[in-house]
Amino acid sequence: MGMTITEKILAAHSGNKQVRPDDLIMAKVDFVMGNDVTAPLAISQLKKYGLGGVFDLSRVALVPSHFSPPKDIKAANNVRVLREFAKEKGIVNFFELGAAGIEHALLPEQGLVLPGDLVIGADSHTCTYGALGAFSTGVGSTDLAYAIAMGEVWLKVPPSLKFCYEGKRQPYVYGKDLILYTIGHVGVDGALYCAMEFVGGVIESMSIQERLTMCNMAIEAGGKSGIISPDATTEAFVKPRAKRPYSFYASDEDAEYERIYEFCVDGIEPQVALPNLPSNACPISEVGEVKIDQAFLGSCTNGCLEDLEIGAKVIKGKRVHSDVRLIVIPATPTIYKDAMEKGILKTFLEAGAVVSTPTCGPCLGGYMGVLGDGEKAVSSSNRNFVGRMGSPKSEVYLANPAVVAASAVAGKIVHPDDVQ
Amino acid sequence: MTTQGRVWVFGDNIDTDGIIPARYLTTFDAKELGAHCMEDVDPEFSSKVKPGDVLVAGKNFGCGSSREHAVLAIKGAGIAAVLAESFARIFFRNAINTGLLVLEADGVRGVFDTGDTVRVDVKSGTIVNETKGRSLTAKPVPAFIQEILDAGGLMEYAKKKLQTDAR
Ligand code: SF4
Repeated sequence: MGMTITEKILAAHSGNKQVRPDDLIMAKVDFVMGNDVTAPLAISQLKKYGLGGVFDLSRVALVPSHFSPPKDIKAANNVRVLREFAKEKGIVNFFELGAAGIEHALLPEQGLVLPGDLVIGADSHTCTYGALGAFSTGVGSTDLAYAIAMGEVWLKVPPSLKFCYEGKRQPYVYGKDLILYTIGHVGVDGALYCAMEFVGGVIESMSIQERLTMCNMAIEAGGKSGIISPDATTEAFVKPRAKRPYSFYASDEDAEYERIYEFCVDGIEPQVALPNLPSNACPISEVGEVKIDQAFLGSCTNGCLEDLEIGAKVIKGKRVHSDVRLIVIPATPTIYKDAMEKGILKTFLEAGAVVSTPTCGPCLGGYMGVLGDGEKAVSSSNRNFVGRMGSPKSEVYLANPAVVAASAVAGKIVHPDDVQ
Repeated sequence: MTTQGRVWVFGDNIDTDGIIPARYLTTFDAKELGAHCMEDVDPEFSSKVKPGDVLVAGKNFGCGSSREHAVLAIKGAGIAAVLAESFARIFFRNAINTGLLVLEADGVRGVFDTGDTVRVDVKSGTIVNETKGRSLTAKPVPAFIQEILDAGGLMEYAKKKLQTDAR
């Protein structure tokens, strides 16, 4: 019987010819990642249990991104723990400040995660790398500690769900809108424990960036992973960056899926997820009058060059509304530099936005743009839970970069056409 | 092994920002985190909860981020077990890996009100509402996961494995 791309990768990494959903396996990992929130706890576990070894010094990344540049003394000490551990062990992939960005933008950009890999990261949005045709999933600190020492992870083979997208997209409809639409359709636990496989003509026509955005939010439907079969677009992205060999897998014709969803995208408008769940997706024409205090363009979901470019195009020659703070955060130093060279940052600054150094910052209500009581924000990030970006009395609306930029100009949530 | 305690009932989709808001993530001290457990869901929770209490919840408990701090906050607040209709997977892993008792049982939320007393028999998976005299059975724990639990968590499991490999 055939296997899905997910089953094939898991079989290859666990020494099995075939695996089936619900099989419990111990699998070899190709790459492991921890950040400034999750890695300090993992490192303290390793010390506590006397596990001193690192399975492969070139296959571990430590990325301070959440509260870095450090927002306070505690945050600075957490980064110190990562830095000292990396130095002591000889871990090469420690990224700080000038080299640091948001992990899920940084690792693909640097060619550290590759097609056919099995990747785990102590961050729920590790599912992002499925966009390159890898099996990639988020775990906690103890799993991270175990994987750093042992180079393996225990996994239950997930059932696969197939999501097929065909048709022609309307203007200003991006990967972000399709994933919000999908989460709205299946709910925040609609893909619980499952691998979400994205297929179809629309996916094939997407850039790597849009694919990364879609796989990034698989977790928001409860998914264990998101995955897209690698193709020529993947090859073009990966080839110049890869620092080791990689392999392309694809699902068999007769692979089994727990469920298949088919979407015709023709009628899908830009989507906005209303507070307080990503599944509260709503076509922008039905959002109504929502005045905003803040607009955030950044995060691991939509903080790449392409996203900034989309936002800049909408905002060029206009002014940010006097009641709105627009915060723009390129996800990595390379994106920052490229955006500078292309004049994108200038466009934002001239419009009255503030541009920050790469960090997760406001996405998780960390710093650099925390919301106060009763404030509303439109954000290009991935979560709008109660208190996600600050006060439990604030509200977050999720949208694509064009809607974020347009809304910053209008002072309320609008379709990009409304400010042209 | 059995555990008995007073129940706190929560709804569906209790997320990790609700269990422990990101603003407290610069520490992983369980006591410190426990003092803010469930703060944005019920601001008084940490002052009302007592050691040995049990959380009962609906679907998808622990959805959201991978922060193990959510498990630590629950443990730090003295909570002995979480019983839910279903768990978000990273939260579930974190609980197994660090030895917080978590059991999935269909319909569990409907059987309890806050303040009821629950008795859980871990081996058989029997969950009894002693106040209402009703009982139900949790989903069985797979053998491999039981091995991790028996070892005392994933890190103990790693230690044992390394010792066996060295022999
Ligand atoms: S940008 Fe937001 S969602 Fe992405 S890793 Fe950072 S905190 Fe998490």
